[in-house]
Amino acid sequence: MTVAIRPISRALFQRERAMGLLFALLGLAIIALFGPSAGPEQEATFVLNFGQAGKTTPIPDLVLPVQEAIYLLGLLALFLAGFQLVRGFKATNLILGAIIFLSILAFLIWATRGKSFNLTGMLGHMLLRGAPIALGALSGIWCERSAVINIAIEGMMLSGAFTSVVVASITRNLYLGLLAAVLTGGVLAAWLAVLAIRFKVDQIVAGVVINIFAAGATSFLTARVLVENPALNDSGTFRPIAIPLLSRIPVIGPIFFETNIIIYSMLFLVVVTHIILFYTRWGLRSRAVGEHPLAADTLGINVFRTRYINVIIGGMIAGLGGTYFTLGSAGRFDELMTAGKGFIGLAAMIFGKWNPFGGFASSLIFGFADSLQVKLGILGGNIPYTTEPLPSEILLMAPYLATMIVLAGVVGRAIPPAADGKPYEKQ
Amino acid sequence: MSEGQPGKRLRRILDQSQQVAKETVLGIGGLREALLVPFLAILTALIISGLFIVISDPVVVSAYANFLQNPGYAFSVTWTTISSAYGALFRGSIGDPREIYRALVTFLQAGDAAPLRLALYPISESLTTSVPYIFAGLAVALGFRCGLFNIGAEGQILIGGLASVWVGYNITGFPWFIHLPLALVVGALAGALWSAIAGYLKARTGAHEVINTIMMNYLAFRLSDLLLTDPRLMGRPTGTPMTPQILPTAYLPRLLGSPLRFHAGFFMALGAAALVYWFLWKTTLGFEIRTVGANPDAARYAGMNIARNFVLAMGLSGTLAGLAGANEVLGITHFVGGGFSPGYGFDSIALALLGKSHPLGVVLAAFLFGTLRAGASKMQLMGIPIDIIQILQAMIIMFIAAPALVRLIYRLKVEREVTEVVFTRGWGG
Repeated sequence: MTVAIRPISRALFQRERAMGLLFALLGLAIIALFGPSAGPEQEATFVLNFGQAGKTTPIPDLVLPVQEAIYLLGLLALFLAGFQLVRGFKATNLILGAIIFLSILAFLIWATRGKSFNLTGMLGHMLLRGAPIALGALSGIWCERSAVINIAIEGMMLSGAFTSVVVASITRNLYLGLLAAVLTGGVLAAWLAVLAIRFKVDQIVAGVVINIFAAGATSFLTARVLVENPALNDSGTFRPIAIPLLSRIPVIGPIFFETNIIIYSMLFLVVVTHIILFYTRWGLRSRAVGEHPLAADTLGINVFRTRYINVIIGGMIAGLGGTYFTLGSAGRFDELMTAGKGFIGLAAMIFGKWNPFGGFASSLIFGFADSLQVKLGILGGNIPYTTEPLPSEILLMAPYLATMIVLAGVVGRAIPPAADGKPYEKQ
Repeated sequence: MSEGQPGKRLRRILDQSQQVAKETVLGIGGLREALLVPFLAILTALIISGLFIVISDPVVVSAYANFLQNPGYAFSVTWTTISSAYGALFRGSIGDPREIYRALVTFLQAGDAAPLRLALYPISESLTTSVPYIFAGLAVALGFRCGLFNIGAEGQILIGGLASVWVGYNITGFPWFIHLPLALVVGALAGALWSAIAGYLKARTGAHEVINTIMMNYLAFRLSDLLLTDPRLMGRPTGTPMTPQILPTAYLPRLLGSPLRFHAGFFMALGAAALVYWFLWKTTLGFEIRTVGANPDAARYAGMNIARNFVLAMGLSGTLAGLAGANEVLGITHFVGGGFSPGYGFDSIALALLGKSHPLGVVLAAFLFGTLRAGASKMQLMGIPIDIIQILQAMIIMFIAAPALVRLIYRLKVEREVTEVVFTRGWGG
């Protein structure tokens, strides 16, 4: 057998060039935008301690000289750009990510000049904001790996959020609320599965049905029942649980080991989904059903049963994601409070190429954009115009724009499971 | 086979061909199906929504708590709750027949039109509300015909409305026959450009239009917040989040006198439906769009440019949605404020499905939806939130998209396999 040597296509060559130029541009932008406006003696203080004093091991604040740090980051980016232009990196996307990271870092240092900013707090906030998105992405992965498109994640989250508050308010037990949300997600997913698998309804239409229904039913019941009985809409929230020893690690401890049960479940589910999907018989079968259902059927795998079970599990995860908004943060239900997080979760799934860890990482990026926008308010005075409506509204648009850019495939085309969205006819 | 005389044979062939012609034109086998299934779908949806009204009513719930003591009371309370709710729906959308009759008599005898106008107010509201529904429903239907699922009609309506309101208050000194068409055209163009982005992204990168149009909805909402709150952009100097009033030269004329809001946009909407029919079924471009929707592989094989058709269909879809917004601004509200479109864009998805993506079907479904929404505002006065409409719509879409479900519930026999319209495809495009 001869190994075909792929000729270096011109398009590829051009893309590498363009990437190199983009890197250089970002590097120059770091130096030119942030460098001059910082005073020569200014320092940026990043506080790394977070949470109650005494719970974590205290560590000193990170104090950086602003100008030097920015020039260093800019030069680093320019060096990477030069290497890309001369030699070329293999993993261009990774380097692109690194350079964007450098730019954000430079921006943060610049914005913090002469002030202090709690870095650990922001990173923790990023994980919190990313959690519902990650759960949405996981839900999508469970469904789509066995070839059922679940666009109803948003609706499942919303319904989960609603029932969790009502059940938790009635029983005064947050865990029962959590359970109710998971079950609600499962029931809606079963509905989706019956429409998609049994009745072979177009899966996107079926998802839209559930989304519209969830939005209508929760808003209807809120306006008609919850408004008149405020006692039904007062659940309280989960308290953070500190894991002994681990929570005392500086920086990592307060972020990962002193949060609430929803975040722990999310982290647990990311790992478990990865293991099930890639290291168990069930995962192999699910993926087979998602890629080539006919072949799977021929080998004796029950395609319909596999799909039903996976979609219902996915729905349960989405229902759990809904509790983030209520039991995890607000303690009450408001109409349409999920605000598109389910759809962003879907985008995170695509960005993460249908892999649990990929989905988790991309939801952290969305969470970062989200928390940056919230936390920048604290640094208000340092950034021109943030107090005015214009840039804050534009910042609010950022996650949606980011989703579109991601989908448009700046990062390369994502390939879904081969049978994704196609109903299976038994032959 | 050679039986009978040539005359008879000819006769039989003629008969057969006539039968075929009838079936293709009217779809005799499908006609019953085409009317019965939507009818049963709406009926079932009404029943399920009625269930929501009942279970969320405290009086009914407490009656069922004492069901064993007094079952008759529980049933009668259930009946009064549902019938008063749907009665309000009827009076809010059609009106009180006796009142209409009395007002008509007064008009004929005394020539006084005021009571008649009052009695016809609900019908006028229903027809007026159906105007944005016709435009937005056509928008979604046109997308469906090209295999594109435009969930972004809501945002496109907003963008269209914002663009035409800007022309309406900012451009002065023109007579109405220039100002009004200009405002309409700018609104339509803005909708087209906004939605063509999603079409372009789909054509160029394969990014799925469903997610992109949803994201662009949120972008449109944020953009409108930004424009409305800032007095330097489109807000009022007082700081209230709304645009200034448009000039009377940009008003769409109201046709029936003072309290009635029925305006010329209604006939524009009907014209648009006819135009869409002509475009899709009588022109080459329309044929291409339908072919791409029905079978993109065949279309590509036939040498059609898929990417161009995606952009074109999406752009036309946005044009129609933009016109929906422009009509609302120029005909009804005369300014844009918060909550400008109460979900016309989302409702139109259900509407296009109900109308089977056919302009005539869309117009009929739009009448139904306009009636429902006009009536629902009356229901809201009785404490039944308007969100009931969404539950109703979700049910209607589901039963229309899964006719087998309706047949299962009502034990209908399948008369003929009706070819289902392909709506969307997976992520790959």
